Amino acid sequence: MTDERPLRILIAKPGLDGHDRGAKVVARALRDAGFEIIYTGLRQTPEMVVQAALQEDVDAIGLSILSGAHMVLFPDILRLLEDRGLSDVPVFAGGIIPDDDAHALREAGVREVFGPGTSTYDIVRWVREHVKPRG
Amino acid sequence: MARQGDRATKRARAAGRASTAEPNGAEEGRATPGRPAHDGTGAERVAAERRRWERATLEPTIAHSPERLARFVTTSGLPIERLYTPADLPDFDYLRDLGFPGEPPFTRGVHPTMHRGRLWTMRLFSGFGDAEDTNQRYKYLLAQGQTGLSVAFDFATLVGYDSDHPIGRPEFGKCGVAVSSLRDMELLFDGIPLDQVTTSMTINGPAAIIWAMYIVAAEKQGLPMHLLGGTIQNDVLKEYTAQNTYIIPPRPGLKLVVDTIEFGAQHLPRWNPVSISGYHIREAGSTAIQELAFTLADGFTYVEACIARGLDVDSFAPRLSYFFNAHSDFFEEIAKYRAARRIWAHELKHTYGAESERSLWLRFHTQTAGCALTAQQPEVNVVRVALQALAGVLGGTQSLHTNAMDEALALPTEKTARIALRTQQVIAHESGVVNTVDPLGGSYFVEALTNRMEDGARAYFARIRELGGVIRAIESGYIQREIADAAMRYQREIDDSERIIVGVNAYAIEEPPDVPLLRVSEESERRQIERLTQVRRERDNEALRRRLGDLRAAARRDLQDGPNLMPYIVEAVREYGTLGEIADVLREVYGEYREQIIV
Repeated sequence: MTDERPLRILIAKPGLDGHDRGAKVVARALRDAGFEIIYTGLRQTPEMVVQAALQEDVDAIGLSILSGAHMVLFPDILRLLEDRGLSDVPVFAGGIIPDDDAHALREAGVREVFGPGTSTYDIVRWVREHVKPRG
Repeated sequence: MARQGDRATKRARAAGRASTAEPNGAEEGRATPGRPAHDGTGAERVAAERRRWERATLEPTIAHSPERLARFVTTSGLPIERLYTPADLPDFDYLRDLGFPGEPPFTRGVHPTMHRGRLWTMRLFSGFGDAEDTNQRYKYLLAQGQTGLSVAFDFATLVGYDSDHPIGRPEFGKCGVAVSSLRDMELLFDGIPLDQVTTSMTINGPAAIIWAMYIVAAEKQGLPMHLLGGTIQNDVLKEYTAQNTYIIPPRPGLKLVVDTIEFGAQHLPRWNPVSISGYHIREAGSTAIQELAFTLADGFTYVEACIARGLDVDSFAPRLSYFFNAHSDFFEEIAKYRAARRIWAHELKHTYGAESERSLWLRFHTQTAGCALTAQQPEVNVVRVALQALAGVLGGTQSLHTNAMDEALALPTEKTARIALRTQQVIAHESGVVNTVDPLGGSYFVEALTNRMEDGARAYFARIRELGGVIRAIESGYIQREIADAAMRYQREIDDSERIIVGVNAYAIEEPPDVPLLRVSEESERRQIERLTQVRRERDNEALRRRLGDLRAAARRDLQDGPNLMPYIVEAVREYGTLGEIADVLREVYGEYREQIIV
């Protein structure tokens, strides 16, 4: 309880997908809930996402994709995180991700997948419960 | 940018009394002698009677059974009154505000017979995998009664990368079809005679390149370009605020749009070289008024850029077309389309000096709102889409896409696309709404809401003008921030259950969705990469190098006075230059746009 700093969360848009409404809404909702938010903007390669996570020393990473490229890009990001010794940074995701894919992504190490229609309150609650400051 | 003041002033001008209208002279306009402002509807008498009704009939009822909500609002948050009467249209003038369909101000429609004469074009936005996969889907949809084609491209194509580019490959065929070269375009329309069908292509950053591919693919079918009909979206301004498939920065982006408009005016008289799009602005979270305002402001910016190039307004304005969203609030959407027509007609005539009546026509395509689809209980989307489509039809659309029920989960399957098409066919052939022109015209509510839309849009025009125009408003992040704020408000309303979304925050069920989803095959990805390799191997690389050099040299000339780039792009495409190679020349000369990060 000595650590008073707010949790730092990276919200990232990997790939070429231009749909950023959800990422921005989630970023704002988390910020309004008191977290510190770093938003990457669009067109990030997996390398750029992991680099930003490293540089910003974040406590969690939220990924958003609605273009369908999640099954390629999310596993790439998880691999790179592991390579950089960041496998303890929880990754959560949102977008147009069919149930079967969401299941496979959870198996691969994505901690939670939020589909369309998720309340931002549920996302805030999940972050509060699952993300801890990294020591 | 439009310069007229408030609506009443503007209507006074529309009625040909510009010399007597003062800025903010609404009251004066209404008091003009000789114009029957009140006696036609008895607005004052109605207002008095209305006060009596409120006391005598309404208040006792409300006293023992209050209304369900303290405030009734539209999807966009506009307050809606309990009842609309002639008292809500105090300065209504039928001839000035509505007129007759096919005549200015076109509020009731751009054609005198509207859907009695010709139904809208039923055009389903589709594309997935490679050109061969999508060609099969097009043939299926045409066989099912679709009357036009609409191409959805994948994200690599949308932002000008080839399918084998490392950043493009993960996107292959996912969000639409991959088109990397002329060879893909030839296969996409293989066996589809391009003089028999019109094709709309949702392409923006690389629109000139994709259009060139279509033109040359048609030429290989033996069809000269003047016979081709269709649309390229090519509305780059809204890319920077909403859809995000930009490549180069706004100023050279606008130059390239003017090049295509000029090229179209010279060579493709049946082509719409821009589809000025509110759809994506709305999908990004805007309100209906913002969609209307930002879209028309983009439209005025194109008109001004073309006039600055030295083009005569009547040479290009008739081919400018529009594309709007059909969201869920039925009347708000209808009012939006009607206001759009009236504003465009007025501004083209009075601000830009158009003389041809066709220049005043706001023709538009409609797509039902993707953002209104739910992943929960997806079958219910069929009902949402039907209502949204009905609003588009009653709003006087020329062309319509209906979303498939499974699109909050994946791209549509053959079956769900067919149901979406059938939805349009039911509206067209069974509902009876097509039997008369603008059936809601004259509704006190619809007319008051149409006026409200126009007033709201004009307030935004004034704000954008203060900021120095659309490009400056983009560069300062103003438009992006307005949209993001509206998106956040809407989300909060849903999260707080102030707004009910059936199946999401009310009437939810535990059962997961049970619809089979479309998957893009690995086989089509393999085909695409092989085809691209083969194209690069077999073409005349030396000839292509020269063509790309010519394009580069032309692009390096001045933005205002430099040559039109379209002919150079057509020549590079003809030599099978790929999308990525040609877009790289533009990136090299103009640089790449980096977004304003606004959260």
